[in-house]
Amino acid sequence: MNEGTDWDYLLPLLGEALGDTAYMVGIALAVAAVVGLALGIGLFVTRRGGLRGNRVVFTTENALINLVRPIPFVIFVTAIAPVTIALGGSRIGREAAILPMAVMASVAFARLVEQTLVALDPGVVEAARAMGASRWRIVWSVLVPEALGPLILAFTFLVVAVIDMSAVVGIVGAGGLGDFAIRHGYQRFNWEVAWVTVGLIVVLVQVVQLLGNVLARKALRR
Amino acid sequence: MSASSPTDLGADAAADAASDAPAISFRDATKVFQTPAGELRAVDSVTLDVAAGEVFGVIGYSGAGKSTLVRLVNALEPVTSGSVRVHGREIAGLPEPRLREVRLGIGMIFQQFNLLSSRTVAGNVAYPLAVASWKREDRRARVAELLDFVGLADKARAHPAQLSGGQKQRVGIARALAARPRILLADEATSALDPETTQDVLDLLRRVNRELGVTVVVITHEMEVVKYLCDRVAVMEGGKVVEHGDVYSVFARPQHPATRRFVSTAMRDRPSPAALERLRHRHPGRIVTVAVREDGASANDLTRALREHPVDGTVVYGGITEIAERPYGSLTLELSGTDDAIEAFLADLARTTTVLDLGTADAPLADPDAVGPRATGLATSASASGSASGPAAAAGGAR
Repeated sequence: MNEGTDWDYLLPLLGEALGDTAYMVGIALAVAAVVGLALGIGLFVTRRGGLRGNRVVFTTENALINLVRPIPFVIFVTAIAPVTIALGGSRIGREAAILPMAVMASVAFARLVEQTLVALDPGVVEAARAMGASRWRIVWSVLVPEALGPLILAFTFLVVAVIDMSAVVGIVGAGGLGDFAIRHGYQRFNWEVAWVTVGLIVVLVQVVQLLGNVLARKALRR
Repeated sequence: MSASSPTDLGADAAADAASDAPAISFRDATKVFQTPAGELRAVDSVTLDVAAGEVFGVIGYSGAGKSTLVRLVNALEPVTSGSVRVHGREIAGLPEPRLREVRLGIGMIFQQFNLLSSRTVAGNVAYPLAVASWKREDRRARVAELLDFVGLADKARAHPAQLSGGQKQRVGIARALAARPRILLADEATSALDPETTQDVLDLLRRVNRELGVTVVVITHEMEVVKYLCDRVAVMEGGKVVEHGDVYSVFARPQHPATRRFVSTAMRDRPSPAALERLRHRHPGRIVTVAVREDGASANDLTRALREHPVDGTVVYGGITEIAERPYGSLTLELSGTDDAIEAFLADLARTTTVLDLGTADAPLADPDAVGPRATGLATSASASGSASGPAAAAGGAR
């Protein structure tokens, strides 16, 4: 172990890194919650035999999501830089990382939402239709509330995935916990710093998962 | 509670939305599904009227098209061709917003209940009222009234997961009735319930019909449901209505092989081929099956004939039950006596009832209905008075 780890110097930097991670992850998740939910519902509703089956919309959306999803995130972060600049942002820094994170999180969540809704008993949708409910009403008063528990778990999964994404955005100078662990730990052969940071990330993920489980159980307790 | 609907379905002035118009009227209604295996005619040229205020049964084996047929009524499945009228209003080709109005006037209950698990019992019953834009206080009063009607006033705050199957279906019925529909569609509503609970739900459906005047259409494969609940019944096979008429006629004198198969498997009053084999083993003498029907073919004739002829008869199989509150069944007897006496006895009996001769253990005769769809048999050789209408004929609307 490094006898000379200067925690007095590193601790404020670690706090800053934690703040950066929370900021980037928070905004990306907020965007993904809205955009991903909308995209996921869109997929579910337009699929064949869906509430409003529409082959063109479904195929287009499906293809777009499939286009983005397989790109390794570390490459996506750099590849999307021209778009980030065009949107008036910078090529580097925290803000530069938020766009790729938000996009990738949105398409990931869209798939998770779609899967969750597909697993829903189609009988309740049929019952709502039989009662004369409009499609839009069915979306907000049946689909989302009936799937709330699984949706919370899906979102929890997404939170962890986005924290994971945030670890590589150091390459565009966005900082964060991952960047901290690499720069102050790995690159200086200071395993103590690396492991403390990893431990912090693990704790963060555990807390998020615990919270998600509790909320989901609450939604499912009927 | 009045049975009038908040949405007046008689808006179409051209339609004869008078009170004597059938509640539901199919004319050559056809539903075709495109499947990977080709076209599937789930409902094939069905012409049928359901009178306002009656309980109409649709029976048949699974895949016969029963579920699709009732879904044509509220256009959960739009017809491919033909006409479906609800209280005189043509619904084929109506745009979605108009269909939603029609659906408000038609309640539906399901085999798997399809309650919203995220809502309480009261929340489920209130759902169609919210759809129909009822005011909050009206909703509350209506929900209380309905939960009282189905006997679940104490469960208003419970969630569906906390209820038994029978309770869930009662919530389903309360929910289906909430917006005061004039028609209730029941899709295998008791098939997931145990016999005792089934009876509770059937009682409730009967009250819905008798007390609220709601026209009820029940799809079922259960004989008990038809026997207890229905005024008239349609038998479906391969997407077609092969036979329909009042329940007693259809079951006492089934015309179509599908109906006869259904009746014989459901009633179990006549021995199956295997049971007949065992009977012949135990009773080597002459075995005959005597039909017990309302019109003359009663057990009294049997008693009289046995008294008047030098023949002994032992009941070895059978049962008599009620369909539509009228006697129905058959008795299988082993007869002993001289051959001449037995022939005279059978000839006498055949004047008033239907007798099926199954022969003796040494010279057995087969039950023509048991082996397959033959034209002759116990059921069809009975007196033809007031028999069920054929598949082509449309039943009259008024009863």
